[in-house]
Amino acid sequence: MTLFIEQCLNGLQFGLLLFMLAAGLTLVFGIMDLVNLAHGSLYMVGAYFAATFTAFTGSFVLGAVLALLATLLVGMVVEVVAMRRLYGRDHLDHVLGTFGLILFFNESVRLIWGPAGLALPLPAWLQQPISILGFQYSAYKFSIIVVSLIVAGGLYALVMRTRIGMLIRAGASNREMVGALGVNIKLLYTLVFGLGAALAGLAGLMQAPILTVQIGMGENILILAFVITVIGGIGSIRGALVAALLVGFIDTLGRSYLPDMLREVLSPAAASTLAPALSSMLIYLLMAIVLIVKPEGLFSAGQR
Amino acid sequence: MPPLTFRNVLVAVLLIALVLLPVYSHLAGDRFALTLFTRIVIMALAAVSLNLILGFGGMMSFGHAVYLGIGGYAVGALANEGVYSGFVQWPVVILASALFALVIGALSLRTRGVYFIMITLAFAQMAYYIFAGIARYGGDDGLTIYKRSQFVDPLNLSNKTQFYYVCLTILFAAIYLVYRLINSRFGMVLQGVRSNEVRMRAVGFPTYRYKLTAFVIAGVLCGLSGALLANQADFVSPSVMYWTRSGDLIIMVVLGGMGTVVGPVMGAIALLVLEEVLSGFTEYWQIILGPLLLLVVLFARGGIDGLLGMLSERFPARRPS
Amino acid sequence: MSSPLLEVSHLAKRFGGIVATDDVSFAIPQGELHALIGPNGAGKTTLIAQLSGSLFADSGAIQFAGADITRLPMQKRSHIGLARSFQITSLFLDLSVLDNVALAVQAHAGHSFSFWRPARSDAALREPALAALARVGLIDRADRLTAALSHGEHRLLELAMALAGKPRLLLLDEPMAGLGPEESARMVGMLRALKRDFTILLVEHDMEAVFALADRISVLVYGRIIASGSPDDIRANGQVREAYLGDAEVAHA
Repeated sequence: MTLFIEQCLNGLQFGLLLFMLAAGLTLVFGIMDLVNLAHGSLYMVGAYFAATFTAFTGSFVLGAVLALLATLLVGMVVEVVAMRRLYGRDHLDHVLGTFGLILFFNESVRLIWGPAGLALPLPAWLQQPISILGFQYSAYKFSIIVVSLIVAGGLYALVMRTRIGMLIRAGASNREMVGALGVNIKLLYTLVFGLGAALAGLAGLMQAPILTVQIGMGENILILAFVITVIGGIGSIRGALVAALLVGFIDTLGRSYLPDMLREVLSPAAASTLAPALSSMLIYLLMAIVLIVKPEGLFSAGQR
Repeated sequence: MPPLTFRNVLVAVLLIALVLLPVYSHLAGDRFALTLFTRIVIMALAAVSLNLILGFGGMMSFGHAVYLGIGGYAVGALANEGVYSGFVQWPVVILASALFALVIGALSLRTRGVYFIMITLAFAQMAYYIFAGIARYGGDDGLTIYKRSQFVDPLNLSNKTQFYYVCLTILFAAIYLVYRLINSRFGMVLQGVRSNEVRMRAVGFPTYRYKLTAFVIAGVLCGLSGALLANQADFVSPSVMYWTRSGDLIIMVVLGGMGTVVGPVMGAIALLVLEEVLSGFTEYWQIILGPLLLLVVLFARGGIDGLLGMLSERFPARRPS
Repeated sequence: MSSPLLEVSHLAKRFGGIVATDDVSFAIPQGELHALIGPNGAGKTTLIAQLSGSLFADSGAIQFAGADITRLPMQKRSHIGLARSFQITSLFLDLSVLDNVALAVQAHAGHSFSFWRPARSDAALREPALAALARVGLIDRADRLTAALSHGEHRLLELAMALAGKPRLLLLDEPMAGLGPEESARMVGMLRALKRDFTILLVEHDMEAVFALADRISVLVYGRIIASGSPDDIRANGQVREAYLGDAEVAHA
């Protein structure tokens, strides 16, 4: 039972982390109609910055804050230099152009930090397990959950309660109208893209102490983030949250319980062969099923 | 007889050069060129197959490399079980790719736009994880193929020159097939769908079944390419169907020029030769390739074929009398 | 007189609380040019959509050539001879003009699972397509890229595509939309010639054209047909004048 609760918390943590990534992706898609494959690169860049700045300043928190700002800056520069020219093109151009950016980012990171990965050690106060409701849980993972919830809440407030959020929502359903309001569209787009980049960077730097910081780390998780935006319905923040949690739970619980469940019905040999493949497949299966039933995702923004 | 434009002459020269490449390789003692170009010809076949649905049908599949894996594993798995005959292996390759494309296509083609891009990607990733999980066939590490597909004497795929010509023959046959297809009634439907699918349906075409048919044909051609690739490498691993490989195929199609029959061949040559050349300059060659791709997307949307077409207009056509 | 080619009875369609089509009944006999007019938002587009099959009615029935087609999907309707031209030009812009019409012919020439024979030299497709182009006066544009044509030519090409399927009834949705005076006059001439060979339902804003061409006119207001009759009847109808109050076109027509 304790294990089950722990796995649920892990699922929640993973789901919220994925939401950080998917939110930026879905915002950029919903507003700029841009498919951005290089979103995962920003996640990677965030992790590398965090590892570097933490080593430099000697403080994890300070390093994280600096990394966040740096990723925001990188995102805005990328928007101004490259992305801006891709708006209004067709999706094939987006896929190709941003694929080119992935190559560029991966090689730049290799050039700057070298091919070996980096480690981001946690400060002692985050390494201790803490006790929640009478059982032990990793303090760091718990703090990821807390930070993610705060960010998700902040994002909700931003999108639903502020003027910028109003423009974002209006932009997602009617681009021309926002232009007609006399809003500086270029600036809005740069800010939105920067926000998405910062969210990706945040996800990257939070994940960094758990995994190794390495080249290509962005690509696997990018696909997951895409799966989430598609399941949730492209352009929908709410859909991204629901789908991210769904994927987080299914993936985490699938990996820990599927082998046992298969062993109940199959021979141990067959179960141990099938389990890893099947548990990695689960979310893709989920996406296929969702799209077959609802070709526009769970919370379609309506226009696409 | 096509008009004698700069572009057409260059394409003809290119195709003849491909035919003569082994001669050069023997005379110059450049064995690496033969290996490189065998790979190029195989990838060109995959790109030609993608072009059928992407360039002519407007179906933006982001999981096309999955058939490289299906074809490769059909050969590898059979070889692993002791079945080496190409007369068994290759029909299995065709059947397996067709079946896989039929299932993926039947489900994916219900969606459009970005959803289609993503669902084809997801299916390819699913296949990637399935094969990475099959311990019997090497899992993540891949599967070594100890004997290439066996046909009757004197055809011997282990002979590099013979193998090259087998690949080239299949490529040329595929190009001719696509050429006939796109100019047939079926091809007109396909191009109509790319241009304006809503209108196609309004005018009375049940578009889904035509798209699905094209999807399956493209899958089979790419499956053959996968079988050849596995034979060349004597090895197959899940990495051939990783999503970045699908990205490479899209690059080849766009780089060469979408919706032209030989464009993907030029794209495959350009990308793979560029890789070789750039990696000779610097270890960090992708730092050049990446922005180059972006530039092609931004400024040379017609790809190489488009550039040649523009040059042809500068040096106007002289029609043969 | 034999039964009408198209007979609509008690057709109704609502979207939420809005009644878009309200108990509409009318009939078009073979050979008639029937015009459907009405102010903006009267439900003309919704009615056309139900006739062509892109929208299904909530209740009521549509009979075409004696068969009930109320529930027949769009593709099938086009196959039994109901051709529709679009209000908003919707063409294959990156194909040639001839290819556009040839595709429309091909849609009515059985299945297209023909993989080998070149379609562009297939006389069974090209000849009817060229005939349709000649009919609308676009024959000299046949090999041009469709995107390169003017708006007026696009409207004519729409018409040619509708003709290509040898339809028994032409549903023309505002063929005059966006045309200049000269092009409009050309289109009116074209429709007058077509009238001899086809039964036509014309939805149009250009009152001058409607009163010049139509055998009978139905007036749609708020989803209801408030009057139906010859152009003279309609001109004299007080209800119609009221519906168009302030709209000078009817008063002067």
